[in-house]
Amino acid sequence: MMNYSPDPPDGEAHPAKTATPDAPAIPDAPAIRAQGLTVVRGPRTVLRGLDFTVRRGKITGLLGPSGCGKSTLMRAIVGTQAKVTGTLDVLGNPAGHPALRTRIGYVTQAPSVYDDLTVRQNLDYFAAILAPGRAATDRRLENVTRAIADVDLTTHTDALAGNLSGGQRSRVSLAVALLGAPELLVLDEPTVGLDPVLRRDLWNLFHDIATQRGATLLISSHVMDEAERCHRLLLMRGGEILADDTPDALRTRTNSETVEAAFLHLVDEATAAGRTKETAR
Amino acid sequence: MSTNTTGTNTTGTNTTGTKSTGTNTTDTPRTATTSAPPRALNASRTTATAARVLRQLGHDPRTIAMMILIPCVMLFLLRYVFDGSPRTFDSIGASLLGIFPLITMFLVTSIATLRERTSGTLERLLAMPLGKGDLIVGYALAFGTLAIIQSALATGLALWLLDLDVTGSPWLLLLVALLDALLGTALGLFVSAFAASEFQAVQFMPAVIFPQLLLCGLFTSRDTMHPVLEAISDVLPMSYAVDGMNEVLTHTDMTATFVRDALIVAGCALLVLGLGAATLRRRTA
Repeated sequence: MMNYSPDPPDGEAHPAKTATPDAPAIPDAPAIRAQGLTVVRGPRTVLRGLDFTVRRGKITGLLGPSGCGKSTLMRAIVGTQAKVTGTLDVLGNPAGHPALRTRIGYVTQAPSVYDDLTVRQNLDYFAAILAPGRAATDRRLENVTRAIADVDLTTHTDALAGNLSGGQRSRVSLAVALLGAPELLVLDEPTVGLDPVLRRDLWNLFHDIATQRGATLLISSHVMDEAERCHRLLLMRGGEILADDTPDALRTRTNSETVEAAFLHLVDEATAAGRTKETAR
Repeated sequence: MSTNTTGTNTTGTNTTGTKSTGTNTTDTPRTATTSAPPRALNASRTTATAARVLRQLGHDPRTIAMMILIPCVMLFLLRYVFDGSPRTFDSIGASLLGIFPLITMFLVTSIATLRERTSGTLERLLAMPLGKGDLIVGYALAFGTLAIIQSALATGLALWLLDLDVTGSPWLLLLVALLDALLGTALGLFVSAFAASEFQAVQFMPAVIFPQLLLCGLFTSRDTMHPVLEAISDVLPMSYAVDGMNEVLTHTDMTATFVRDALIVAGCALLVLGLGAATLRRRTA
């Protein structure tokens, strides 16, 4: 129905159209669409009726202070969060649909790999879960080798994951998510604790994945300078979405130099609005 | 014929209708061809899991050595504790051949699955196309293999070096030992769901295993216990494991009681494995 892009130009090329020949139907259908998305954890409502979309083939940054619900939102998207209400469609299926399990790569905040296996053994196992059977042996080997190269751990393939540094272990965890070329990558703070050089390399990798492989990336961070490297931003605070825009538009709208300043501006605005609402009551 | 037409009709409406269902209809067949259905037990994924668990243990030779050697050392010790009364050694030794694999497998599995839960790898696996059955059977296969090695060594040592006097076939002893190991794996897997830390997991061993140890007939014959305790021991699976061992000890061939005992132990193991599978949730709070 809508084959042209309905969104305003982002100042970036539209890589998704050329890079995903296998999803020809509606390239501009959002990768993620949420309506009234609410998550309750114990006595607390962590996400309060979120409405947003995440575009295909783009890097969307999910930013906000610790504890604002970023990780819970990501868990809801990959289908591991319980007590999710509202609508949440991921790649055209409801979140958590079995068909999505091979199409999403997910990296949790803490590296989730086996410390008592080597880097290669870790990847071999997860590759065997994604593409089982003897027929896929060659494809698995190719995927594993590429994933290790992607995260720059080729020199550490035979090291035990438990003996690696924190940054290296989180890269093993990232490599697992890159296996099998997922259409959607959900990365929870993938660059935490990494040195500036590695962070730059990883962001270059994320851009390559988006442009060359046409994948959609949703990356959370509380480091605001990384926001500048995203195509779009979702700013969160207290379980709500403060803003959903491009970094440029955010800065212009709030008259700020940086995304960080724009975020603080929006937070102050929201707090002030909340206060007037309370005093009016 | 009529179902066919409605089938194509709905697909048609979907593609022209909403956007999300449109992608759905085009994407589903593609994923169906590239990956096996995640629901059923998948042999390759199960063996990959078993191989992975064994590989993890392979990096930890001390654990393997302890698992295999400690039962042998205990039997050796027991033989000379009962130096003056070989008949007691026969009965307690045979029972212990069934109890050791249960205890070791319980401990190893509860800690291993607890680590899987706390390290986030379980969440990652369940977000992947891994069936719960694949994971559980994979664990059971891996630890079952270890249990076979452990039981074979312990049984061999007891029969040929320590002169354990068994009337029946040693293969039947090995069979019960293996079923016990499976039961231990199942119990460990189940219990790990209720442990939030390694400390708690280890405490489940006295909580779950010790009462069974006291009531299984190892220390005194079950029919001489207080009737209430005897009734309780009737519903605990370890009692049947020990009964089965004693059947082999005193009878030349497979008795009906032995078959019943073995089936009960196997049935309990399967039941608890099923309960363990129910504690694996794809979605958690």
